[in-house]
Amino acid sequence: MSHIIVHILLLLGMPPLLLGVIGKTKALFAGRVGPPLFQTYYDLAKLFRKGSVFSTTTTWVFRAGPVVGSVTALLAGLLVPLGSHGAPVSFSGDLILFAYLFALGRFFTASAALDTGSAFEGMGAAREVTFSCLAEPALFFGFLVLAKLSGSLSLTGMLDGPFPSGWGVAGASLVLVAASLFIVLLVENSRIPFDDPNTHLELTMIHEVMVLDHSGPALGMILYGAAVKLFVMGALLTRIVAPFESGNAWADWGLFITGMLALAVIIGVVESVMARFRLVFVPTFLVAACLLSAFGIVLLLR
Amino acid sequence: MHQLLDPILVAVLLLNFVALGASQLRTVIHAVALQGVLLGTTIVVAHNTVTVWVIIMAGATIALKGVVIPRMLFHAIREVVIRREVEPIIGFIASLLLGGVGTALAVLFAKTLPIAHEHMGSLVVPAALSTVLTGFLILTTRVKAISQVVGYLVLENGVFIFGLLLVEAMPFLVEIGVLLDLFVAIFVMGIIVYQISQEFSTVSTRKLSALKE
Repeated sequence: MSHIIVHILLLLGMPPLLLGVIGKTKALFAGRVGPPLFQTYYDLAKLFRKGSVFSTTTTWVFRAGPVVGSVTALLAGLLVPLGSHGAPVSFSGDLILFAYLFALGRFFTASAALDTGSAFEGMGAAREVTFSCLAEPALFFGFLVLAKLSGSLSLTGMLDGPFPSGWGVAGASLVLVAASLFIVLLVENSRIPFDDPNTHLELTMIHEVMVLDHSGPALGMILYGAAVKLFVMGALLTRIVAPFESGNAWADWGLFITGMLALAVIIGVVESVMARFRLVFVPTFLVAACLLSAFGIVLLLR
Repeated sequence: MHQLLDPILVAVLLLNFVALGASQLRTVIHAVALQGVLLGTTIVVAHNTVTVWVIIMAGATIALKGVVIPRMLFHAIREVVIRREVEPIIGFIASLLLGGVGTALAVLFAKTLPIAHEHMGSLVVPAALSTVLTGFLILTTRVKAISQVVGYLVLENGVFIFGLLLVEAMPFLVEIGVLLDLFVAIFVMGIIVYQISQEFSTVSTRKLSALKE
């Protein structure tokens, strides 16, 4: 029971910290001091205190977008195991729910963007769904490898218990899946080199352009939802890459937090050393990510 | 040492995809050069007993496939001033997908081949077939003559991987002879590329298939 409470507390409280760590890492590379580690928390507190402005052309869809976006991310967070601790909610086939919770959130974010009636936001929505429909097969191929390896169809079952031995049996497949999931993580969370969360150059924006019309608490929800999404997908990836277990259940939480912070640092490093890809190349890399996962399956099945 | 063979071949297969998906010629040549170096190491890994000849053969392969030929290609692209394959006959995503399908088919097909028992589980045959297919794909779908030379190189790498099956039986001279053939072929191709660019002020091979009055 106490582990479930820790799971929920971490899920609710830790995500903004990851954005702070990424920001600090990038600042370190650029030789700046950078924003404080807890800047995202301050931003959220500021946004939630503000009032909202809603355009008169928008309907309830516009208001539902941020809410559904952050709630689906939190629900997905209940399905994913954190470190060696199983998820609070787990059933056979929950990996499909996991993938489609994100799809639902994305649908509402894109709908909210379309609801504003701005051609600019419609363009962002079109880009977002184009890229995510290429990222989804990569995610599922990855799940397929994990399911085949563990013989289980739930996220907890796939990543739990005997998982560390998977590296001995099918190391090559797992390396490919991890690489592919890392690409998916960067795309889904609109990080460099696929999208730049800080950009305000209209021609290159993907995710940010969809949320331009949101303000106040709604923008805060979007920011928070994005952080939770990064946290959830990061938890999945760290469990695959570093399935370490200390034996002590409480020490495992420490391992998990360390793993997540390390992942944030790695993302920060990737963002610092790489330039953004040209928009036309993004699909190529997503197809490559699909191929990596698919190749992982081929290696596993041969 | 044999257990190292499969990871190396996986890396070789991934480099196939890099060669298929990259539009920058430099990236493609770097990928093929790295593939050559990896193939050189497979010679050492595949032999049961490592003798001086094995080391020499691996060294020669690495030097030729990993250093000399890539250098000639880099020299060629500097000489004719091209940097990227702009318009392949089929797009990069389509060729990546075709490469993926080819690899999957190679793995399936390799199972049905009557090969010696000790090679049954290994990746040698699938890797060889899929590399040959990738080579064909690059060779046939790219327009620039340099890309076609690279495709030929990948094709030859595939044949080379097949050779690993016979590594114990194949005499040293034959392998070196193959390497020399390759070297001469690339050399001639380099000259042809240069001639095409001199004649038409482009290295696109489309001009070659058009009839003159």
